[in-house]
Amino acid sequence: MHSLSFDVAHMLAGFLVLLSFMMLYQDRLGALINALAAQAVVLSLSVAWQAIIQEAPHLFITAGLAIGFKAVVIPMALRRIIVKLGIDREIETVGGTGLTMLAGIGLVALSLQVVLPVTGGSDPVSREDIALALSVVLLGLLMMVTRRNAVSQVIGFMSLENGIVLAATGARGMPLVVEISVAFSILIAFIVVGIFLFRIRERFDTVDVQALDRFRGERR
Amino acid sequence: MLNAVIFTPLGAAALLALLPSYRLSAILNVVTALLTLIAAASLAWHRPEMGPLLFIDDLNVVFIVLGSFVAFTTSIFSASYIAHELEIGRLTPRYLRFYHAMFQLMNFGMNLALIANNIGLMWVALELATLTTVLMVGIYRTPAAIEAAWKYFILGSVGIALALFGTILVYLAARGVLGEGIDAMVWTTLVGAAPDFDPRLLNLAFVFLLIGYGTKIGLVPLHAWLPDAHAEGPTPVSAVLSGLLLNVALYALLRFKMILAANPAAIAPGPLMITLGLLSLVFAALMLYRRRDIKRMFAYSSIEHMGIIVFAFGMAGPVANFAGLLQMVMHSLTKSAIFFTVGHIAQVKGSQRLADIGGLTVTHPLLGWGLVAGVAAIAGLPPFGIFMSEFMVMGNTFARDPVLAVILGVGLLLAFGALLMRLHGLAFGAPRGPTGPVEASTLPLFAHLILVLGAGIWLPPALVAWFEHVARMLG
Repeated sequence: MHSLSFDVAHMLAGFLVLLSFMMLYQDRLGALINALAAQAVVLSLSVAWQAIIQEAPHLFITAGLAIGFKAVVIPMALRRIIVKLGIDREIETVGGTGLTMLAGIGLVALSLQVVLPVTGGSDPVSREDIALALSVVLLGLLMMVTRRNAVSQVIGFMSLENGIVLAATGARGMPLVVEISVAFSILIAFIVVGIFLFRIRERFDTVDVQALDRFRGERR
Repeated sequence: MLNAVIFTPLGAAALLALLPSYRLSAILNVVTALLTLIAAASLAWHRPEMGPLLFIDDLNVVFIVLGSFVAFTTSIFSASYIAHELEIGRLTPRYLRFYHAMFQLMNFGMNLALIANNIGLMWVALELATLTTVLMVGIYRTPAAIEAAWKYFILGSVGIALALFGTILVYLAARGVLGEGIDAMVWTTLVGAAPDFDPRLLNLAFVFLLIGYGTKIGLVPLHAWLPDAHAEGPTPVSAVLSGLLLNVALYALLRFKMILAANPAAIAPGPLMITLGLLSLVFAALMLYRRRDIKRMFAYSSIEHMGIIVFAFGMAGPVANFAGLLQMVMHSLTKSAIFFTVGHIAQVKGSQRLADIGGLTVTHPLLGWGLVAGVAAIAGLPPFGIFMSEFMVMGNTFARDPVLAVILGVGLLLAFGALLMRLHGLAFGAPRGPTGPVEASTLPLFAHLILVLGAGIWLPPALVAWFEHVARMLG
């Protein structure tokens, strides 16, 4: 029925969604960073596979960026940050793991329900990739909403961004994908450097964003 | 000239990053902004060839001339503002070097976003502009400034990521018609081929684009970053955020709205924009009453005005579009003028709290009356330009949908009441707080106010014809 190229692309994209789910219930920052690194590796494989089946060698740059930058450099930097900030401990989630997972399942169902009917005209690889990419995006958003910790919010954003890159590479022949992935990498580098530079720990004794809320200008 | 608009700020940013003397860089900053303004203004007369990456048409020329003008006046204001910040030690020369480089880099990003013909390039440019403003918002490094920058960062990044998802969906919709490759991302070909696009994909794309770029416009409920970013950054940054960056995001949304409007089977973007616009207007008008911080208050006023503008463009039609366009220009000019006065006022008083500021017309007549004029203009009092545009939106809405007009009217009145109530405490009555002299640069302030006043009394026929043409373009 389906060709091998579709099956492999589908499997890798499904793996990304699975890893997003894994991130939802990690309650330790170290484990969360590992899951993020794993997702980056799978993303890079998925992008590389797209580069092969679309015969678009420039996508290998994006794949290389994913594995070099997002799977190695960023996790290392994050790990150094959490050690420096001394927050390699449990992180609280809002609403409990079970509820979050249920919400996640609901979001995946929603994105499949939304994307699959409207992409009937596209080729099957793009179609599945976009649907699963939207799931990854929404799960990343869910994670950013449920976490209170600045580092895990950033990790949620990065997993959201992995979903976007999956969508961009899955949309066959899309121009500027490499440029966009570079722009995103710069954005992420800024965020990570931002945590360092802003020294949230130093100033607030916590990277809990609720503590940041206390410093809102109007409560001075 | 098209290249000059983007490469002048880019080259200057590189130069400013290297220049150690802050006096020299403040001058270079002004000169660069002036050169960019000249290049932008020349685009109105001499239209370069359309390319697959950059293009200029009647719509974006309005945005780019307005943007370059506000950037130029802000650079003049900034020069006197930062001199004071250095004196009191809130900023160091090293930070200023960074600040100036970021200011020009932001101009580069915004101008590129405005003249980009490629929707992917437009996205990258807007991201760049966002990043530079995040860095400028956090430059004071106080806990409040860091909190504001962080919030802006996270919300802005999520918004921009969702906008990219929408952009990818537009590409998917176009690919079926225009084929793979660069053509399916070029706005001018997109809008021509839009009638054949799959409407369902376009619908889905617009939802993401509205949420994504709507975050950057500051539409309620996606506005949470906006008041903090305005209040905690240096005041020149507040002026460009309100006067420029919100407009650029609005411009991006309008471009996609035009693609959607060209497809008869796609959802009408109007009702979505009308709903979000009215929600922003009413919410921000109510929030105005409870402000205690002067910059935060005017930030909410920006949300209110962006609500009116998005509402007007959502109503569509030649009159509403014309009014929306005029409102946008007037709001940019007025709000940046207000931030120019507020910046100097906060420097004199050493505080941004409304309770610490009072009796300005007595102690600082020039600033005080400047603020009075600015607030009167922003509240929509005649004879200023905003009165005219709001009147047009109101009249047009009454003729077409009285229920919406009532909500609009209530929102406008609420905001009006709040602003005048606050203005009374700020400008009149017994002086409060320090009353030291201030070295204010009043030139940018009055240049803006005179333009706004002039537009309220007499609009040049050439400009009216131009805006009418653009209003028809917007559908």
